[in-house]
Amino acid sequence: MFHVAPTTRKRKVRIATTSLSGCFGCHMSLLDIDERLLALAELVEFDRSPITDIKHCGPCDIAIVEGGVCNAENVHVLRELRANAKVLVALGACAVNGGLPAQRNHLDVGECLTRVYTHRSEGMKGSVPSDPELPLLLDKVHPINEVVRVDYFVPGCPPSGDAIWKYLTDLIDGRIPRLEHPMLRFD
Amino acid sequence: MSDYETFLLDGRPVRFERGQTILEAALAAGHYIPNLCHHPEFKPHGSCKLCTIKVNGRYGSACTVKAMPGQEVSSDTPELNGNRRVLLQMLFVEGSHFCPGCEKSGNCALQALAYDLEMLTPHYAHFYPSRPLDASHPDVLIDFNRCIMCELCVRASREVDGKNVFALAGRGVASHVVVNSPSGKLADTDFALTDKAAHICPVGAILPKRVGFAVPIGSRTYDVDAISTLAERRATEEA
Ligand code: SF4
Ligand code: SF4
Ligand code: FES
Repeated sequence: MFHVAPTTRKRKVRIATTSLSGCFGCHMSLLDIDERLLALAELVEFDRSPITDIKHCGPCDIAIVEGGVCNAENVHVLRELRANAKVLVALGACAVNGGLPAQRNHLDVGECLTRVYTHRSEGMKGSVPSDPELPLLLDKVHPINEVVRVDYFVPGCPPSGDAIWKYLTDLIDGRIPRLEHPMLRFD
Repeated sequence: MSDYETFLLDGRPVRFERGQTILEAALAAGHYIPNLCHHPEFKPHGSCKLCTIKVNGRYGSACTVKAMPGQEVSSDTPELNGNRRVLLQMLFVEGSHFCPGCEKSGNCALQALAYDLEMLTPHYAHFYPSRPLDASHPDVLIDFNRCIMCELCVRASREVDGKNVFALAGRGVASHVVVNSPSGKLADTDFALTDKAAHICPVGAILPKRVGFAVPIGSRTYDVDAISTLAERRATEEA
């Protein structure tokens, strides 16, 4: 498995992040490392990420993916990250196993949409959104390892700031990253 | 009396009493062997295979194999722990385990074992079963999507409560736990909150109502201590 070479410390480690079918909770948790953000800023620079607002990612060392894959756009973004990153990390329950959005997986997606958008109280009749701008919904929500190869998994909903910090610094320093009790959690 | 018998567990001598299983003896001596369908108050079930060990080089279930003098048992090895992780992954994908939305999170033996064995991903393709919830009973909720078929509820209801509320039905991949009533609903049985079976489920399949979040997430049993640490401490306290 790849590690980010500790020898090239002069060059900053380039990180891309994205939130697919997630709630941004994992990104909020990343910000929860508080003042360690300053230390992180010394070590890394960001490519495509909600933090930079860069829309397409270029070659980078680490891609951090929050959220599962629920629509066609998620597939494209995820593939782009995989193609550009040396190491891809699934961050959080949704990326790891589909998470709460995958609770719809035993239901028919068409029926879900009809139920949500058309079965409303009187005077609030709606229809299933069909704007061509909207990405096509997949019939199931997939963990990201069903779409691309994933190097590391960090479970948690969201993983704590401490867990993310431990994992990232392990990776950046070239150690095999490891989470144990009490940092390893699924909730 | 000075003459006691021992076997070797991962190279350390473990004392045992005649009739004890390897798991019972190991747990009593404060050495944790992962286990899921075992319960100290019930006869061994031997179904989950999480406790698989090697006895004199051959695989066996620690919860069913009797301790014998001189046995060489290995348990905490990369090979056996790797197999255990695979078993856990299969249990996770076979049901619907959305821990962040589960009342049992933090008190769940399946989850605690996954933490202990550092299962980071369920890896396999999910089944996403569609088993309807049963909220018919006034005091207890059932979500069999999280059932791991340890049969502890079946055993407790039959052997302790004398009621036979639960049963295992179907074969192979189609096996599942059912409620023994004409409607299949828990409300149509004589099940009661005071039953042993209402409190024995190691996962979030049989849940007493209205107490789900009495203890907040983060302060629950296995949030505080790893399942192995807890078992080892319990042994020290009992000794
Ligand atoms: S039963 Fe256990 S493993 Fe399953 S969702 Fe609930 S806490 Fe998670
Ligand atoms: S409902 Fe709970 S106790 Fe009963 S078999 Fe399933 S997991 Fe075991
Ligand atoms: S604990 Fe031994 S088989 Fe389940």
